[in-house]
Amino acid sequence: MGSSGLNQKDILGIEDLERSDIELILQTARQFEEVNKRAIKKVPTLRGKTVINLFFENSTRTRTSFEIAGKRLSADVINISASGSSLSKGESLLDMAKNIEAMNPDIIVCRHSSAGASHILSRYLKASVINAGDGAHEHPSQALLDLMTVLKHRGSVEGLNVAIVGDISHSRVARSNIYCLQKMGASVSVVGPASMMPRDIAKLGVKVHHRLNEGLKEADIVMMLRIQRERIVQSPFPSLREYARHYGINHENINALKKDVLIMHPGPVNRGVEIDPEIADGPYSVILDQVTNGVSVRMALLYLLSGANSLSL
Amino acid sequence: MRQLLKAEEFPDSVKKLADMIQEEEPNADDIALVGIHTRGVPLADRLYQHFTQNKKNVHIGTLDINLYRDDLSEAGDKPILKETKIDFGITGKTIFLVDDVLYTGRTVRAAMDAIFDLGRPKRVLLVVMAKRPGRELPIDTSMTVLDVPTAPTDNIKVKFVETDGKDDVTVLEKGEY
Repeated sequence: MGSSGLNQKDILGIEDLERSDIELILQTARQFEEVNKRAIKKVPTLRGKTVINLFFENSTRTRTSFEIAGKRLSADVINISASGSSLSKGESLLDMAKNIEAMNPDIIVCRHSSAGASHILSRYLKASVINAGDGAHEHPSQALLDLMTVLKHRGSVEGLNVAIVGDISHSRVARSNIYCLQKMGASVSVVGPASMMPRDIAKLGVKVHHRLNEGLKEADIVMMLRIQRERIVQSPFPSLREYARHYGINHENINALKKDVLIMHPGPVNRGVEIDPEIADGPYSVILDQVTNGVSVRMALLYLLSGANSLSL
Repeated sequence: MRQLLKAEEFPDSVKKLADMIQEEEPNADDIALVGIHTRGVPLADRLYQHFTQNKKNVHIGTLDINLYRDDLSEAGDKPILKETKIDFGITGKTIFLVDDVLYTGRTVRAAMDAIFDLGRPKRVLLVVMAKRPGRELPIDTSMTVLDVPTAPTDNIKVKFVETDGKDDVTVLEKGEY
């Protein structure tokens, strides 16, 4: 009987993972697709395990996806969101985490607006920590579900050109995807206005384009990022309409793309800003596949991590 | 090392098991062979070929029992998951679970739990190449080619061309495996 070589207590970022880890996670996720298609979508695998979704930032899709993943594996899943929590009463992140740990959870899924929040938790907690997004740093489960979506359509990403379009500076999705796609052998380019491009982004080994048509000419896969209006203090572009005109995918510029291009978006979609409705709902779009695959990927992460804490401590 | 079955004896063994299956369930459409990973899968496949050659359309599937194991909460790396593929309705069918060896019965217990999550079969029966003493659960079968009296320290190794490069059944004593 083969057993997993995922030698990690936590999943904090794609940067820490080996290619073989990524392959194991995706191979595991593919097997959970079968469970997700059953009439009765539940297996007893994580019975008696407790998963806590600790969300300091709003999230519907990611939190629901982790919650469904945990429940389909029979774990007890508890959701804590910042607004209703003791954090709003002034408790520190670490105090709160230690109090949660005193209740013996097995896995903590954390989203926080500060980069490194999950790393801090992982250092102090015996429970496994999954980073569900930390500031503009990483969002590993998103990159893994994006990869799964591409693999299901293309079989491999080796040698594919992937263009990531939008606000690269503020995007943890972009960062995790760059690491993930490069480890799997794709070449990645980033496209966006200079005001949304981190200064040293080229050091990650990506091509940088400021014009949409140049950036998308060769692309096999296009990942549109959401304009995160809530995260931006000072607007890096004059107006949403201006941004849409230069960096949005619409029914005109889609014709210049490869005939078999895949259009992806991590959601939630700002329709008419980064992507036109007819493209989001059109034949090139795999946006809802991404959501479906997200559940399988998160089941794989919970499965592979459960029990890992007693291994490494 | 003691050889129990040679490669040239495999076809007869498959036929013997197929006959037992047929006797239990004469209606081919109600026969569902479900191979348990890893070495139940090639055995189920051989049985399926046998039925197909005899113009009998039986159902076949594969089952990974790892999500139903009773030792998952113990510390350790998680088993690598393999494909569960049962693309026929199991309700009303006679399910023949197929595995290489029956020993403690724990795999079969897990397989039964997995099957019942997929529907309500008419019956669940067990087909194995070999069985040996050492049951830890009230599970048994008479549908076997070999019934081998082994010591707890022995190991029965069933090999198939598909998984191991050759067809062979041997008993290994302690120190030989």
